[in-house]
Amino acid sequence: MRVTFKTSYDRDIDLHESWRQRGWIALLLAIMAALPFLVGEYYLAEATNTLIWALAGMGLMVLVGHTGQVSLGHAAFLAIGAYTDAALMNAGVPFLVSFPLAGLAAGLFGALVAIPAVRMSGIYLAIATLALFVIVEELVIILEPVTGGIGGIQAPSIMIFGMEFDRYLALDRFYWLCLAVVALVTWGYANLLRSPTGRSFLAVRDSEISARALGVNVTRTRALAFGLSSGVTGLAGALMGHYIGFFNYELFSIFISINLLLVVTIGGLGFIQGAFFGAILITAVPQIISILRDTGSNWGVDLGTIPGLDTAIFAVILIGFIIYEPAGLYGRWLKIRAWFELFPLARRDMFRRQKTYLKTERMR
Amino acid sequence: MRAEAISPRRGHDVIQLLIGGIASGCIYGLVALGFVLIYKATEGVNFAQGDMMMLGAFIALGCVNSGYLGLAFLPGVLLAAAVMGGIGYGIDRLVVRRIFGQPQFALVILTIALGFVLRFVAGTIWGYTPLVLETPYAGQAVRIGGVIIGVEDIITILVTAGLTLLLWLFFARTRIGLAAQAASQNQLAAYIVGIPVRRVNSLIWGLSGAVATVAGVLYASKGAIDPNIGLLGIKAFAAAVIGGFGSLPGALLGGILIGVVEPLAARYLPGGFSQMSPYILMLIVLVTRPAGLFSQIQAKKV
Repeated sequence: MRVTFKTSYDRDIDLHESWRQRGWIALLLAIMAALPFLVGEYYLAEATNTLIWALAGMGLMVLVGHTGQVSLGHAAFLAIGAYTDAALMNAGVPFLVSFPLAGLAAGLFGALVAIPAVRMSGIYLAIATLALFVIVEELVIILEPVTGGIGGIQAPSIMIFGMEFDRYLALDRFYWLCLAVVALVTWGYANLLRSPTGRSFLAVRDSEISARALGVNVTRTRALAFGLSSGVTGLAGALMGHYIGFFNYELFSIFISINLLLVVTIGGLGFIQGAFFGAILITAVPQIISILRDTGSNWGVDLGTIPGLDTAIFAVILIGFIIYEPAGLYGRWLKIRAWFELFPLARRDMFRRQKTYLKTERMR
Repeated sequence: MRAEAISPRRGHDVIQLLIGGIASGCIYGLVALGFVLIYKATEGVNFAQGDMMMLGAFIALGCVNSGYLGLAFLPGVLLAAAVMGGIGYGIDRLVVRRIFGQPQFALVILTIALGFVLRFVAGTIWGYTPLVLETPYAGQAVRIGGVIIGVEDIITILVTAGLTLLLWLFFARTRIGLAAQAASQNQLAAYIVGIPVRRVNSLIWGLSGAVATVAGVLYASKGAIDPNIGLLGIKAFAAAVIGGFGSLPGALLGGILIGVVEPLAARYLPGGFSQMSPYILMLIVLVTRPAGLFSQIQAKKV
């Protein structure tokens, strides 16, 4: 077991515990940056998709994992981001301006919605976001001059300083663009979590009453978390629009919201790393299923004829995780690591979950 | 609005719209009742309630339709309700009970996933093409003073009213109903006074499965069913929220409000608003009265 010797109090809130960790992260970034030279076009496109999902997952993670509010309507913010970006670029605004504006638009809309929403607790909020999603979906159809209605809209190819970042013509550059955005957001997110604002998010998640007692403005904190979350999700939506190229309202279905929730829960609630683990899983499983289909048809089992199998498999995986590993993939990884680090001393009960008795919310 | 512009025909149209709206609102209300049942007893929300309604409708179809078991209508529906009750009990016993004592939102995600599984099961057994439930009262209508009312609408309204009354009596008068309320208000205290909290929870899940079947059969008697009708559950949520989660008459009232507003919005507002209207109504209620029309939240006096 490795022990870090701390020589000043500042080291307690350092982003990384040791230089060793920084080295690992630098190595990971280097490998990710070199990916276009290592793998083919197909896998690079998949990697880009994973990065975009991880970005959207981080957006939801702020809300669900770190502030303890469930949103079932985050596809709405993806849609707002994608449509704002595409509509602005079609109007001639350069990407460098329209991209942050897309995030800002989604974030402002999120904060606006949050003002009434944060007064609601748990389930009411989840249902309100669901309703919000349906309303945004219908608005997209109604606002046809801007959004293209049912027909859809084309996200123009990205030009930055005369260089083309098109998803089809210059996939490697588009990949680097996504990587840069994701790396920046991750860095900002990690730093946010060690700032007073981030700490107040955690305080609100763990106990609203004690947060209030410590002087945290709960309403403002929750609204801020909602705005930040929808802003980051909006950025992811803008990138997703460029990744898909031509899209209409059907791209942002209710299943996208649920997939996003899947990303954060399976990945590991409350860990930034969880968003990445979840994104990898959500983009990998359809591929694995299609491989299984091929091998199945080789053995004479035709899985392709069963419609809806993918969603059912996703659902079963989700149920399995909720029941057996609520801490998600990253939580499982932490447990395995702790077992090796402490080798003969690890005990089963170290990660035992605290069970609570339920009390009604209806009488406060 | 000018009074002479409303011809007697047009007045009848509005009444007909209203009655159709109330009837479809009753179905929303019944699904919402299923939510409220589980919420009242276990303080959790079952996001698979719409899919349970769908499965109930399909099981009833399997019991009643001539191509399948071919039972008589009423025994067939009762059998389906019993089967769905068993399925509801089983879902709680085998899946939901395992996350007993974990945060509420775990149940939200779990039941969403369960809904997908139920949809897949129904789609695999009965296929994705719309099917029609054979009912003895299909296509019949009654004419009351120039207004034509479908028999299925009348049956829907009567059954819903009766079922709501029965459920209300169940919660207010019977031992199990009171035990369920106690279990939701304070689990630990319920344990201490000797209530078998887990078994009560499973029973309530079974009951809500049976209620879902009734809702499904009523829905199916108004049109064809396919595995995706469970998405109606989202509207039923809006109904439950408008009424105030945890209130049985509130859920019914919320459902009827939505059922009435929808066709009116479709008729008098530009296109697209009728799909949005239930949710806009819900958001208005949430903003003005965050606890719903029939508030269940009471401040505790210390």
